[in-house]
Amino acid sequence: MTVRDALNTALDEEMSADPKVFLMGEEVGEYQGAYKITKGLLDKYGPERVLDTPITEAGFTGIGVGAAYHGLKPVIEFMTFNFSMQAIDHIINSAAKSNYMSAGQMSVPIVFRGPNGAASGVGAQHSHCYAVWYASCPGLKVLAPYSSEDARGLLKAAIRDPDPVVFLENELLYGETFPVSAEVLDSSFCLPIGKAKIEKEGKDVTITAFSKMVGYALKAAEILAKDGISAEVINLRSIRPLDRNTINASVRKTNRLVTVEEGFPQHGVGAEICASVVEESFGYLDAPVERIAGADVPMPYAANLERLAVPQVEDIVRAAKRACYRSVSVAAAA
Amino acid sequence: MALSHLKSSSSGSNFLKPLATAFSLRRPISTSTDPITVETSVPFTTHRCDPPSRTVETSPQELLSFFRDMATMRRMEIAADSLYKAKLIRGFCHLYDGQEAVAVGMEAAITKKDSIITAYRDHCTFLGRGGTLLEIFSELMGRQGGCSSGKGGSMHFYKKKSGFYGGHGIVGAQVPLGCGLAFAHKYNKDDAVAFALYGDGAANQGQLFEALNISALWDLPVILVYGMGTAEWRAAKSPSYYKRGDYVPGLKVDGMDAFAVKQACKFAKEHALKSGPI
Repeated sequence: MTVRDALNTALDEEMSADPKVFLMGEEVGEYQGAYKITKGLLDKYGPERVLDTPITEAGFTGIGVGAAYHGLKPVIEFMTFNFSMQAIDHIINSAAKSNYMSAGQMSVPIVFRGPNGAASGVGAQHSHCYAVWYASCPGLKVLAPYSSEDARGLLKAAIRDPDPVVFLENELLYGETFPVSAEVLDSSFCLPIGKAKIEKEGKDVTITAFSKMVGYALKAAEILAKDGISAEVINLRSIRPLDRNTINASVRKTNRLVTVEEGFPQHGVGAEICASVVEESFGYLDAPVERIAGADVPMPYAANLERLAVPQVEDIVRAAKRACYRSVSVAAAA
Repeated sequence: MALSHLKSSSSGSNFLKPLATAFSLRRPISTSTDPITVETSVPFTTHRCDPPSRTVETSPQELLSFFRDMATMRRMEIAADSLYKAKLIRGFCHLYDGQEAVAVGMEAAITKKDSIITAYRDHCTFLGRGGTLLEIFSELMGRQGGCSSGKGGSMHFYKKKSGFYGGHGIVGAQVPLGCGLAFAHKYNKDDAVAFALYGDGAANQGQLFEALNISALWDLPVILVYGMGTAEWRAAKSPSYYKRGDYVPGLKVDGMDAFAVKQACKFAKEHALKSGPI
C-alpha cells in the first residue's frame, strides 16, 4: 500500500465512523487534493464535510479551531507546512493552549496535517521542516509517520485524539509502497501516540530518525552491517511526546547514538534527544552523540546544492563510524 | 440586622441578596412580565439591509434585571480596577465599564445555545453568560476557585456549557474562531448563531476579512459585533465599521441603549440564520 492510499483510507474510515469529522483545506475537494490524499472524499461525503477554502490560512485555520471548540473534529490540511506559518497563532494560541488556560473546559480535537520539510527543487520558502517549531509547545502532539502502517495508524490516532495534533507528512514518501498486514488494513487499526518503533534491532550504535530519514537510516544500517557494525534504527513516529524511554533503553544497550533529521541543526530534534540522553543515560555513553541534520542554510534550488543541503545515506554511515571510533572526527582532523 | 432575616426571592449570587432585599424593604418593585414598549434613543443606520423597528418590547421584570445586571457589572469592574491598582490582580486587566448595555442587551435577545466569543475584555460578557462574581474574582486573583482554576487569568474566562467561548489574548483571533463556532452551528443544524465581539485593533486585522469572506461564501450564521475603543483617527482609514464588511450587510447601533442592542441582536440573529453573516 502506498503512503498516499494509507492516508486516504484512514481519512475515509474515520469520516465514516464519526460524523463530526470533516476536512478543510485548499483543493481538498474538487481537485481531489493537491497531492491526491483526499481523492474521492468529496464525492463520498459531500460538500458539507469536505470543504475547499480560499488561500487564507489564518482565516480557515481559525474557523477550524472555532469549530473544534464547539465539539466538531476538523482535519485541516495545509498544502505544505510552510503555509502553516500564516496560521501559527491559531495552532499555538487558540488550539494548543486552550485546554490548559480553561482548566480543562475547552478540549480542541483538531488535526493539522500536510507535507512537511524538504521536497525536490522547490527552494527555500517551500522546504522548511516544522517538527521542532510545533514540538516545543506544550499542549500540542506532533507526529511524523514514515511507512504506510505509520500513516494509517497515526492519522487514525490523531483524529480520535481529543487534543490538537500536528501531523507531519512528507511529499516524497506519498508515492512509496510498503507492505501492510491484515491488522493494519482493518478499520479499527490505531497506533499509540508517543511510542517509537524499533525498525531494526542492533547492538553497536543507535540511530534515531523520523519521516523520510528512517528509510535512509535503514539503508545506512545495511551498509554498516557489511563493515561489521550492527546499528539499531529507531523510527521516532512521535516527536511530541518524544519516546524518551525507548531511546534511552536503546542507548543503554548500544552505548552510542546518532540522531538524524532533515531539518536545520540548531535547536533540532537531535538536540533534544541528545539532551535527554545526557540527562538520563550519561554514564552509558561511550562516545559523544553525533547529530546529522540539514545544512544550516536556506534550501538552495540547484540540484547539486540541494543534495548537499540535506543528509544523505553516506553522511549517516560516516557519523555512525565516528560514533564507533572507526574514523577520525572532522574537528580532530582539522 | 433585619436584612439577615429576609430571604431574597431573586436569583443571583450572595453578593446581590443585600441589594435586592434593601429594595424590597423600601418600596415595592414590580416583577410583572406585562409588555411595555419603548423607543430606541436613536434610529438604526444600515448598510445593505433594512433596519429593524425602533419600537422594542420589554417588561418591568426585564427592566429590573437590566438595571440589576448592569449595576453589578459596573461595580464589579470598578472593584477589579481597585484590586488591579493594589496589585492583587497581576498581569493584564481590561475593563468593560461603560459597555454594560451591550452585554445585557445581547443576552436579552439570545439563548445559552447561541455562542458568544470575545477578546480579552471578557469579565462582563462572562457574567452575562451565567458566570458568578466569586468565580470571576477568584480567577482574577489566581485562586483555585476561579472559573479557569487560576490558570487563565483576566483574559481567559470560559463557560462552554452556556455558550461562552472565551476570553482570547491575541487581537483579532476571536473573529475567525467565532466564524468557526457558527460553522459548527450550521453543521449541527441547531438553529443557533455565533456572536464574535471585537474592537478597533481587530477591525483592521487581515484574519477578520479572511474569515468574513469564507463566512459569506459558506453562509455561516455569524454576527460580528464591533465596539469602539481607540480614537478613530489613529488607526482606521474608514471609521464606518458597520460598512467595512463591504458585501456583508451591517447595522450601526447605539451601544449605550440596552434596548437598541437587544433589538439589533434579535434582528441580527434572524438575519444570520436566514442569510449568513452580518
